Amino acid sequence: MAETPMPIWEVFIRSRTGLAHRHVGSVHAADAEMALQAARDTYTRRGEGLSIWVVPSAAITASDPADKDMLFEPTASKPYRHPTFYTVPEEVGHM
Amino acid sequence: MTTIAVAETPLVLGLLRLADTALVHAQRLSEWCGHAPMLEEDLALANLALDLIGQARALYAYAAEAEGAGRTEDDLAYRRDAPQFRNVLIAELPRGDFAFTILRAFLLAAHAQPFWRAASQSNDATLAAIAAKAEKEAAYHLRHSGEWVIRLGDGTEESGRRMREALATLWPYTGELFEADAADRALVEAGILPAPEDLRPVWDATVDRVFGEACLTRPPETWMQSGGRSGRHTEHLGHMLAVMQHLQRAYPGATW
Repeated sequence: MAETPMPIWEVFIRSRTGLAHRHVGSVHAADAEMALQAARDTYTRRGEGLSIWVVPSAAITASDPADKDMLFEPTASKPYRHPTFYTVPEEVGHM
Repeated sequence: MTTIAVAETPLVLGLLRLADTALVHAQRLSEWCGHAPMLEEDLALANLALDLIGQARALYAYAAEAEGAGRTEDDLAYRRDAPQFRNVLIAELPRGDFAFTILRAFLLAAHAQPFWRAASQSNDATLAAIAAKAEKEAAYHLRHSGEWVIRLGDGTEESGRRMREALATLWPYTGELFEADAADRALVEAGILPAPEDLRPVWDATVDRVFGEACLTRPPETWMQSGGRSGRHTEHLGHMLAVMQHLQRAYPGATW
């Protein structure tokens, strides 16, 4: 009997100190509720998290690695986009 | 190495019944470590087992203190034989297949969660503190096992068949969860533990709700197994203890 493979879910955790959810890995689960539980059991065993998101991996549209040069190479020659040419006045302090 | 004889006052006996059930169930759950159907569930079952071992440790430590004979939690876990164990029989049955393991965890958690919630209001401050922590753990055990029962019961033809078989085996062991003898009565009257029969309506409602979603039919009223809480066990417990207690039996007093 052919079995349907268990769907994969991407897991995002917001840590105690973090402001945003960060991608931490993936889990197999039959549906969203079980994916949340699998994420809890797999990725929050050491008190890492305060909030979990799970997203079907299939819902993510990824860039093609073959397009790497086209997408990212042109920015290498544009150092003026980095805000490093400004001098910050002393009195501004920590930014 | 000798086997110890614990002086079982109602409080010590009540604590041992809770601790033994948690430890024996944890040992069965931990037998899945490295063998679960998928990595995620391997971790989940180990998590459940670790929660239960934590509860057992706190309860044994308190039982040892209440007995006042200078024993430790390890003495109580490793130096009693099967007839001195006070766990309910359902906890010691061999782990079976995944459906059996999950259904047992569900039936126990559906009892443990309301039990610990009520016990968190205990007159006994130590027990109330143990209960407050255990209740949160039991709530997750109930959610996790309950969601699996629904998906397996209402899943494929095979998963449904396995759930029905597990239910037929496990059901006669559920009556013991609600038994009350003289020691239980004494603890209830002292406001230390909740009355077993008071937990029944909540357990029934949880079981009926989950079984309804899982397309499982509650078995008809039947004769119920009994005896574990008095030390009359199935033949399976001795074999389990032989494995669990081997190190302390072979090397008395060995420490990690």
